[in-house]
Amino acid sequence: MEEDVKLMKGNEALAHAAVRYGADGYFGYPITPQSEVLETLEELMPWETTGMTVLQAESEVAAINMVYGGASCGRAVMTSSSSPGVSLKMEGISYIAAGELPALIVNVMRGGPGLGTIQPSQADYFQATKGGGHGDYHLIVLAPNSVQEMADFVGLGFDLAFKYRTPAMILADGVVGQMMEKVVLPPVRPRRTQAEIIEQCPWAVTGKRGRGHRNVSTTLELQSNEMEKNNIRLRQTYDLIEANETRSEEFMTEDAEYLIVAFGCTSRICRKAIEDARAQGIKVGLLRPITLWPFPKEAVCRLSKQVKGILVAELNNGQMIEDVRLSLSVGSSVPVCHFGRTGGIVPNPQEVIDSLLSNFPQSK
Amino acid sequence: MAKIFGAVEIDSNRCKGCDLCVAACPTSVLSLQPKEVNDRGYHFAYTVNPDACIGCGSCAAVCPDACIEVYRLVDKNA
Amino acid sequence: MTREDIIKDENKVYSRPRLLLDATMHYCPGCSHGVVHKLVAEVLEELGMEDTAIGVAPVGCAVFAYNYIDIDWIEAAHGRAPAVATAVSRLQPDNVVFTYQGDGDLAAIGTAETIHACTRGENIMIIFINNGIYGMTGGQMAPTTLEGMKTSTTPYGRRADINGFPVKISDIAAMLDGTCYVTRQAVHTPAAVRSARKAIRQALINTREKRGTSFVEIVSTCSSGWKLSPVKANKWMEENMFAKYPLGDIKNTEVKK
Repeated sequence: MEEDVKLMKGNEALAHAAVRYGADGYFGYPITPQSEVLETLEELMPWETTGMTVLQAESEVAAINMVYGGASCGRAVMTSSSSPGVSLKMEGISYIAAGELPALIVNVMRGGPGLGTIQPSQADYFQATKGGGHGDYHLIVLAPNSVQEMADFVGLGFDLAFKYRTPAMILADGVVGQMMEKVVLPPVRPRRTQAEIIEQCPWAVTGKRGRGHRNVSTTLELQSNEMEKNNIRLRQTYDLIEANETRSEEFMTEDAEYLIVAFGCTSRICRKAIEDARAQGIKVGLLRPITLWPFPKEAVCRLSKQVKGILVAELNNGQMIEDVRLSLSVGSSVPVCHFGRTGGIVPNPQEVIDSLLSNFPQSK
Repeated sequence: MAKIFGAVEIDSNRCKGCDLCVAACPTSVLSLQPKEVNDRGYHFAYTVNPDACIGCGSCAAVCPDACIEVYRLVDKNA
Repeated sequence: MTREDIIKDENKVYSRPRLLLDATMHYCPGCSHGVVHKLVAEVLEELGMEDTAIGVAPVGCAVFAYNYIDIDWIEAAHGRAPAVATAVSRLQPDNVVFTYQGDGDLAAIGTAETIHACTRGENIMIIFINNGIYGMTGGQMAPTTLEGMKTSTTPYGRRADINGFPVKISDIAAMLDGTCYVTRQAVHTPAAVRSARKAIRQALINTREKRGTSFVEIVSTCSSGWKLSPVKANKWMEENMFAKYPLGDIKNTEVKK
């Protein structure tokens, strides 16, 4: 069968992928630079084809609570937004995590804090990977670096969310959301039927329908002993995810003497920087975390023993660098430096090389 | 002439002694126990004047804890 | 005629609704929530909605509503029940979806969700318990607290110059094109209870028939928050609350989408 190759924006690819995955519902609110997700879905009118619900909510707060409602019903539901809007969603995300519900949340990051800028950024790393909302929880955080991955991670995110009954986030950035690339759209899958949902998600709130017992989706537990059991169960899920779902990608690390760690759009820039640096005789390689949580600690640790220095490149003032440092062996003396641009500025490869050289002059 | 007989059964352990049934009863059948309390410490409702009950269900309608069951018998020969 | 003659199954005219679970409700003595829960359970049973109904519980005193009525439930974040219900009703149109919310939940923190669910004409029933006070957190001012009414955050009485005016959110809901039925009821007397029951029945039928949003306000008491006995609270409600929140249907129409 001929591959369905298209040229489109990351945001558009994500919208197409949602319909093709068989998602049951999308609830969103416009915000730059991700509004194409909602716009594309409205244009595709999936309610006429797959029966998928698409709704422009009155706010990001309402949208995430619609996701909470749909997820409680065992439906494959999602929302997308950009940084300030994702802050608004954090209350609902905490409830979805607490309710042990599957859902997909997309953040196409822009510069902050505050209203900030509509230009690209990676400054929501802490928010996405350290919880973001209140309470003790994690999200599975996937960081795409291409339009292809914007499409592919929809299915991956939903699959992981349902496998572990936990919300997953696609932490994209304004570059990946807005740039146009070739993409092979994922295969079309039918939406699950009500009977399949009831079978696969016996906890789903579908109405009792002769079940005999009622299902209740709640995050409230006033008995401390019971609440602690909930917290322990969540931690066990997170342990399992850390053991099974950590994903990363390496580029030219076999003989690397220096390592760049970068995710999302920055990893693409660094890849080019590495090719250029290698041409100048600098032996540098790239580690790209694909899951930001769970963080590829073991890969960082392993490579740190091989290299003389690590440069963490990200579009913020230094966030992922903390996880890189935490990944090193106790007593490791390998220097870890940071390169970052903020304010919505996307660096060119030469800036990365310059930073590498200034931080590690001996690398030349 | 027909005569209406009523009776209520009160789940006294579920009762919180709110007094709303007493106020709602048109024939002053009910009262709260002046001294006795239930397992949870409430002066529960009881039928101080059971013969006056006409089984109208007013007490049960306003009862927030659904602890009153109502019976009604119309004796056509009375 | 003896008591034994009367107390027979064939003479039973009222019993605890089957869908009301056995758990003792956590509400204070005389709380209107109990009566409304009972009515919802009765009507769901009467309309045969046990298997299709999904309730969305609020944050506030009724946060544990899901412990009392034997149907599927979702516990929403504070104020967000109409958004949650929107998704459930759209994704599962075969279900009969309703929210059950208090005045703080519905008319303060959740105003946007309330207004927009109503204006979209979501096929849901909204039950709105208006007792003019935050019960669960200990009797603070609510958006519907009357002027002059004392609460723990208006200890000298609500002042319009400082706290603003009480909001009549049912009247706002009635102005919106998506609502088919907006009514204001109470449950303080047997007659009021019968009327409220009829309203809830109408609202659930509307919801099943996809007629738009049905909004049932129940003007209620909070004897603990008001610091009155349940009987005196009812009297206070009649004398004060009903002047601001008069009972009766505000709107009963057909939504044309």
